Amino acid sequence: MTATDLFFSALQSLRANTMRSVLTALGIIIGVSAVITIVAIGAGAQANIEKVIEQIGSNMLTITPGQSRDGGAAQGAGSRPTLTADDADAMKVVGGVLAVAPQVSGPVQVILGNQNWRTNVNGITEDFFQVRGWKVDKGRNFEDWEISSGEKIVILGSTVAEKVFPGSDPLNQIIRIDRVPFTVVGVTAAKGQSSFGQNQDDIVFVPLRAAQQRLLGGRLIKPDAVQQIAVLARTAKDVDVVERDLAELLRDRHAIVPGRADDFQIRNTSEIFQARAGATEVMTLLLTAIASVSLLVGGIGIMNIMLVSVTERTREIGVRMAIGASRTDVMMQFLIEAVALSMIGGVVGIVLGMICSQLTAHFAGWPLRIEMSSILLAVGFSAAVGVFFGYYPARKAARLDPIEALRYA
Amino acid sequence: MGTNVVNALAGVSVRIDQGEFVAVMGPSGSGKTTYMNLLGCLDRPTSGKYLFEGQEISTFAPTELARLRNQKIGFVFQQFNLLQRITALDNVALPLAYGRLPRAERRKRAEHALTEVGLADRMDHRPVQLSGGQQQRVAIARAIVGSPSLILADEPTGALDSKTGVEIMAILQDLNRRGITVVLVTHEHDIAEYADRVLTFRDGRMIRDEKGLGRRADQPTPQQPAQLVAVH
Repeated sequence: MTATDLFFSALQSLRANTMRSVLTALGIIIGVSAVITIVAIGAGAQANIEKVIEQIGSNMLTITPGQSRDGGAAQGAGSRPTLTADDADAMKVVGGVLAVAPQVSGPVQVILGNQNWRTNVNGITEDFFQVRGWKVDKGRNFEDWEISSGEKIVILGSTVAEKVFPGSDPLNQIIRIDRVPFTVVGVTAAKGQSSFGQNQDDIVFVPLRAAQQRLLGGRLIKPDAVQQIAVLARTAKDVDVVERDLAELLRDRHAIVPGRADDFQIRNTSEIFQARAGATEVMTLLLTAIASVSLLVGGIGIMNIMLVSVTERTREIGVRMAIGASRTDVMMQFLIEAVALSMIGGVVGIVLGMICSQLTAHFAGWPLRIEMSSILLAVGFSAAVGVFFGYYPARKAARLDPIEALRYA
Repeated sequence: MGTNVVNALAGVSVRIDQGEFVAVMGPSGSGKTTYMNLLGCLDRPTSGKYLFEGQEISTFAPTELARLRNQKIGFVFQQFNLLQRITALDNVALPLAYGRLPRAERRKRAEHALTEVGLADRMDHRPVQLSGGQQQRVAIARAIVGSPSLILADEPTGALDSKTGVEIMAILQDLNRRGITVVLVTHEHDIAEYADRVLTFRDGRMIRDEKGLGRRADQPTPQQPAQLVAVH
């Protein structure tokens, strides 16, 4: 029999037991679509993390004050006000540094007439938006002199602008932040949720000095302390050198003698996200392994049904042998039937998997990424499942004695 | 197998010539089925020889036996043994598929074989849509489609009423007259009467080898009355 004959003959006998074939293929369909969906979700999450890194910049360093000790108990990062705006100014001249953005933040109440809104204030410098990847949508950024003189001006996050100025233009309006009047000079473009699920647009920005002196003054341990300094290196390649030079600079400025610990921490942002990406990868791998188990179970289903089929068709096998089918012919017939079953399951599974991936990507707001490799893997795997689990029943059929088989009732 | 050796057949020496019509008779357990299986190359003798057209087949590998069955032997069974899922035409063409003939050629020969047994108008019917007699004629078409030199018929009339049975015997006699050797297993004496030679088996031995009555199955097949009449 030619390959075409065998293929059509396989389809014919699968059609003869449609319901059984569909149910058997279902095992493979579920396995393949699960593998494709999970790999696509993993790739989508990965792409999402990469997008976030791209947004915040992989060449960014974050410096926070070091921890203090109260008795023997370590008090978390930032518990000592060791970083100041002057530190930030000094960093600007370090080679490879593109921009420096010190910041303080804290909760405030924003009031306009009878509207009021609880939000966070960020005391920033003019470089902040560049470093953090924000855009001023309406109005303007702060000027250099406004930062140093601590002008009472504010840039609103888009959520705050909507809440406090529903349907009206906030520019040049005066709002009160914790009883201090500020003039609105700008509104930022919406940034959406952070990768941790927070609304990043529920925020207001004021010049660093204004925040330190007029809003958070009472809450800061030192009046010119900053809680965080973000530094943008010129390129990603500069990050390591900049990190080392900044540490040197700060130890020098803070007069830390060799042998004593830093009173600050420098973190490379991309490292943090790379760690998360790594965790996602491990998770994807794990889930893929679990999904592969269902492929395996589907394969066992095929083997089971093929064994039943061989038994049911014993007499047919006998007749085929009597009229001239060789053992190889019989073997190929059942093997191709098993492979056809698993390949049909594989193809349907791919389509279903693509639909599921599409839906997941749509609802999670991720970029859709169906890896060609996962499709090839699924097709190859399901064919292999067919051959592997079809082999034993096919061999059983081929080894039947034609005389016994013909006598089978 | 094991220590108990049972000889299903022993001391049977028969020569069947090309063109003979032989009936094999005997009660169950007499060894006639084993004899048929040997003749049909479904089985090989554990000892002794079977020469088929001068070839010693006891040394043949299973694949060679399969090819021999495919090209030289046609089987007709009591229960017809047609594949239920496919049409009469596909059933008849099946041996040719195993013989690896091109598709068009298979179709042509299968149509010809079905026409010869008088089923030209039933080619696209499935076995369930055919009567017992028609199914057996499809089976005969399947047996002759590969132009075999031997037809082995195992109780071919066993599942049919006597009138239809005689029709089947007429077809077999017709084929025999065209030179195909026919060996028929039966336990019905009146069926054996159509054969030219009758072998009788008992307890694994052949106890009689005698000339048969060679009675003519006179009723012509419906589609080919002229041909059969012409023989008379």
